[in-house]
Amino acid sequence: MKQFLSFVKKEFFHIFRDTRTMMIILGIPVIQMLLFGFAITTEVRNVQVAVFDPSKDISTERIINQLDASQYFHVVKMLNNPDEINAVFKENHNINLVVVFDEKFNENLLHTGEASIQLIADATDPNQATTLSGYATSIINSYQQELLQEYKIPIRIKPEMKMLYNPQIKSAYNFVPGVMGLIFMLICAMMTSISIVREKETGTMEILLASPMKPIYIIVAKAIPYFAISIINLTTILLLSIYILKVPVSGNFYSLIGISLLFIMVALSLGILISTIAETQVAAMLVSGMGMILPVMILSGMIFPIESMPVVLQWISDIIPAKWYISAVRKLMIQGLGITSVYKELAVLLGMGVFLITVSLKNFKTRLN
Amino acid sequence: MNEPVIYTENLTKKFGAFTAVDNISFSVDKGEIFGFLGANGAGKTTAMRMLCGLSHPTSGKGAVAGYDILKESEKVKKNIGYMSQKFSLYEDLKVWENIRLFGGIYGMESKRIASKTDLILDELGFLAERNTLVRELPLGWKQKLAFSVSIFHEPKVVFLDEPTGGVDPVTRRQFWELIYAATDRGITAFVTTHYMDEAEYCNRVSIMVDGKIEALDTPKKLKLQFEADTMDEVFQQLARKATRSDN
Repeated sequence: MKQFLSFVKKEFFHIFRDTRTMMIILGIPVIQMLLFGFAITTEVRNVQVAVFDPSKDISTERIINQLDASQYFHVVKMLNNPDEINAVFKENHNINLVVVFDEKFNENLLHTGEASIQLIADATDPNQATTLSGYATSIINSYQQELLQEYKIPIRIKPEMKMLYNPQIKSAYNFVPGVMGLIFMLICAMMTSISIVREKETGTMEILLASPMKPIYIIVAKAIPYFAISIINLTTILLLSIYILKVPVSGNFYSLIGISLLFIMVALSLGILISTIAETQVAAMLVSGMGMILPVMILSGMIFPIESMPVVLQWISDIIPAKWYISAVRKLMIQGLGITSVYKELAVLLGMGVFLITVSLKNFKTRLN
Repeated sequence: MNEPVIYTENLTKKFGAFTAVDNISFSVDKGEIFGFLGANGAGKTTAMRMLCGLSHPTSGKGAVAGYDILKESEKVKKNIGYMSQKFSLYEDLKVWENIRLFGGIYGMESKRIASKTDLILDELGFLAERNTLVRELPLGWKQKLAFSVSIFHEPKVVFLDEPTGGVDPVTRRQFWELIYAATDRGITAFVTTHYMDEAEYCNRVSIMVDGKIEALDTPKKLKLQFEADTMDEVFQQLARKATRSDN
């Protein structure tokens, strides 16, 4: 036990003495959270809007005012004829949406009960285009609701867009679970594998293996500091998300911590498995970087919805531990569901953990001979 | 004569169809400096790894420090020291931290580690370097420190795998003085080397060619047997017979 503890201490020294790496692994969660939270946001705010309003009546004016009053839109230009619509996108790159009213908009609305508004969005960024036309639609819908109450006449009301769990379509709700999955993969899998392979590279692994220290202790001692660091990172992420990004933990806090610890274990065993395969630090970095982190970003549902992927990719996404973790965090943290709703994720992660540990220990032993 | 400290009988290691170590048998006595020579790929390192419990023999048997290398490899490991050709200390730990770590790994008491640390740092003339990070030491110093660490727990045998690679002649000479001092205390040294002048410092030398031990005796007798002036000539004569060159 004493021998084990002095070994764990040494592992902490390796990390603390390497200030640069240490700053990276502790700083990454903060940077990622802030990056995704503020810079790479898919949220829409102060979008510049141009309006073509041939009707110029009370209804169009009120709609325009409501759009302008919302925090999402800022009406900057009134167009005088339809030819300007195309031109305005080309001339002014800041304009992302053009709202086009029918002629005789109010008249149509009151007499036929139907009038149309065209929303033309700059779809160079398709995500943003969808989001902002969604916003605009909901503003228009709410105006129609108003009219209905005012005039008590049948007006065609478009189907209401209901944003379940995320009424403001905050993108933070979507990426916080994703960043959590990514960070633990990065810290646990990548750093653990690199630190084990480093000893192989420098030759100290030989010395350790020729010593009475049991191989399993060597491995466990390597994993402990990264486990500790992951817990620090988990705390940072949760604090940032609750206090800075205003994404509350709406479900059971302890279940969230529990499943996070489980996922950290899975990522650690994945790191150990990589270390038994890779011979050099560069190889370990490539395997964990390209082989683990990229799939996590692309196939875990963090950025692209899994449901819209080809079936084959959906199958592949099933073997990615982060997919299950992210799905569980979404349920526990965002949707506020209880632990019973994540039994499946829990079971899959547990199974993966047991499998990875068994394989990597076996692999580690055979590598010795 | 006491029981030999290292003893092997028909020790063999095969990797598939390739026989790396082919039926080697020898024994080494307490306090001896045993030179283990051979060209690259002759099977030295594989043989040494089997003796250290890092690799399982395909057949044959052996014992180190009185323990069977097959059945009692844990006990073997407690009683040996090992220094590999690659540098074997932690560069980002301080001198005393390295010593304490390895002392701890071999289960030594903290008190004994502390008092002995002072002793060996004094012997090496490293007292001022106690708190220096190992990466800041010159290579020769590192190698001397690595050797002192490998015998810190007073093992019965120390295995040195090309310990003086890349070190200047003066430091090599000092290094060998450390080895003599250790063997005077009764530690057995098992050394592989490519420097033939170092072979002359050994009590007995074995020369491996293609996985087999082709010659084994004192340097003096080997030179007589092969009618050579230096160990280098002896080695050249034997190594020329080799049919395989590299791993």
